[in-house]
Amino acid sequence: MITLQEIKKSFLVSLWFMFLTFPIMVIKVNTIEQTIEWRWWWMAAVGLGAFVLSFFWRIAIARKEAGKKKAEVSGEEKIALIPRLMSNPRFYIPGLVATVALVVIFPFVFSMYQTNILITALIYVVVGLGLNIVVGLAGLLDLGYVAFYAVGAYSYALLNYHFGVTFWMALPIGALLAFLFGIMLGFPVLRLRGDYLAIVTLGFGEIIRLVLENWNAFSFGPSGIANIPKPGLFGLKLSLQQSSIFIYFVMIGLALMTIFVVRRLQDSRIGRAWIALREDEVACQAMGIDKTRTKLSAFAMGATWAGMGGVVFAAKTTFINPTSFTIWESVIILCVVVLGGMGSILGVIIGALVLILLPEYLRAFSEYRMLVFGALLVMMMVFRPGGIVSGVRRIYKFEGLQNKVDS
Amino acid sequence: MLELQNVETFYGNIQALKSISLEIAQGEIVTLIGANGAGKSTTLMSISGIVPPRSGVILFEGQPIQGMPPNAIVSMGISQVPEGRRIFPYLTVLENLDMGAFLRDDKPEIKTDLDYIFELFPILAERRHQAGGTLSGGEQQMLAISRALMARPRLLLLDEPSLGLAPLVVKRIFEIVKKINSENNTTVFLVEQNANLALKTAHRGYVMENGRIIMADAADKLMVNEDVRKAYLGI
Repeated sequence: MITLQEIKKSFLVSLWFMFLTFPIMVIKVNTIEQTIEWRWWWMAAVGLGAFVLSFFWRIAIARKEAGKKKAEVSGEEKIALIPRLMSNPRFYIPGLVATVALVVIFPFVFSMYQTNILITALIYVVVGLGLNIVVGLAGLLDLGYVAFYAVGAYSYALLNYHFGVTFWMALPIGALLAFLFGIMLGFPVLRLRGDYLAIVTLGFGEIIRLVLENWNAFSFGPSGIANIPKPGLFGLKLSLQQSSIFIYFVMIGLALMTIFVVRRLQDSRIGRAWIALREDEVACQAMGIDKTRTKLSAFAMGATWAGMGGVVFAAKTTFINPTSFTIWESVIILCVVVLGGMGSILGVIIGALVLILLPEYLRAFSEYRMLVFGALLVMMMVFRPGGIVSGVRRIYKFEGLQNKVDS
Repeated sequence: MLELQNVETFYGNIQALKSISLEIAQGEIVTLIGANGAGKSTTLMSISGIVPPRSGVILFEGQPIQGMPPNAIVSMGISQVPEGRRIFPYLTVLENLDMGAFLRDDKPEIKTDLDYIFELFPILAERRHQAGGTLSGGEQQMLAISRALMARPRLLLLDEPSLGLAPLVVKRIFEIVKKINSENNTTVFLVEQNANLALKTAHRGYVMENGRIIMADAADKLMVNEDVRKAYLGI
């Protein structure tokens, strides 16, 4: 597959890169001795690096295209590896057993550090599944999702500070408050579509953060709220390690509940109405689907899970301040959904694990961590544009009718 | 059954309907013909409430429905097949049909209606687990009509069902429309560019031009009218 054409193109790319990086990579001005150092071998390194990278990139793309063409010719529908394995009981059942076993023994085998980053990843699983309702199913691009996360976290922190509300009480309250905020924001905003909706939600997210940062009397401003208690277990005294393990299992439970509810929602009539609304608004109206109410319900549902995630987040870190709720956080959650595969539950779970665990394990690259992370994101989007697990929708059947039509 | 009195509808500042008045009786097939941009689709959108009229009265079975939200109008028994089919491409045929029954709770009767639709269009039964977007144009039009029927409308609004379809398929669809009208006593309001076929199918017709209704008569009389023949039948 190595053609002269590709070598030539890669060579041009490397020339272009050498030219682009010339001022910063080659010329070094020593201002004290007033001399200029010409580092020509740096230029050679850039050229060679760009050449190799571009060459491999080209080969990978060519292989991908060839694969696509082959699939088109043979006419068979290629189902992604993971859903295919999932539907095969021979892999599915041992896989499930192994996953459950790993999940149960994980905190007892691995260090507390590992457990803690997994808790964070699980929080993102729950929050990501929530955003998946809004973005993946209803198709509403929400860039201010972190606002609801903040509502959940602050409602636990403040209720606990003022009234001594416990974690278990705060969990439903935080969810409810986030739900209400979702409706409050949704009303004025949901008449907008696409880009405009994204910008307005972005603004809303920033408003919440700025209010928290500047309204000292209410939220204690940038200094935040400390000493938020971890969740209690029937009044038992837990050591730091034990309580981490406990939060881990709380999070596992919450994630399972989320998966169950989201799955039920997806297969319900309202879930299909969300998908229908994403596809065609006019047709939905002609079917008698109330546009505003359906959108609002998606928005508020999504917000509810963010609120619960926020409560656990506050309990886990025991300290929150507005810097935890910046736009960056919204972007990461959105990445979880898009990268994992919009509309796919398994995809979002894997997306959250990859996206949260990867930067942790990339710490070995120290300051290049984010660079490597970014490169991985670009590669994934090029080679798997539908996400890691693209959504395979379950086929919905009316029982009873089946026999009638088949016979 | 349906009565429009001096209905005026605007898109922003542009007036699309200029004092439209028309009347449809129970059990009729009435067609509205006219050139592109005459306001035919807007008339339907005004009735179904998706583009609410700015002034005028729309009476459905004696009740004013102008200004009501679209979902309330659907629940009263008016169902629209939008122009260009607009089926949900990623939902299966069955799910598309179930979306048509969105406002209904009576599961056993939904099932009966499904059976009825699969009898009307056997091809849909065959493809019931296929995504809507993978159907051919004619099948999509059948699906769009069926989806509207799933709401059990007493008045069916059809917007250009012949759009972009082969003549044979169009003929078949118009036969089905007649059948629905005669079997269920469903009133049909048909908007069409294919004036010839529309007038053959309908009992009465209205002719629209530049947002106004310029003619109203029995369908067979419009068929032989000189002006209509020249302008819309190309004879």
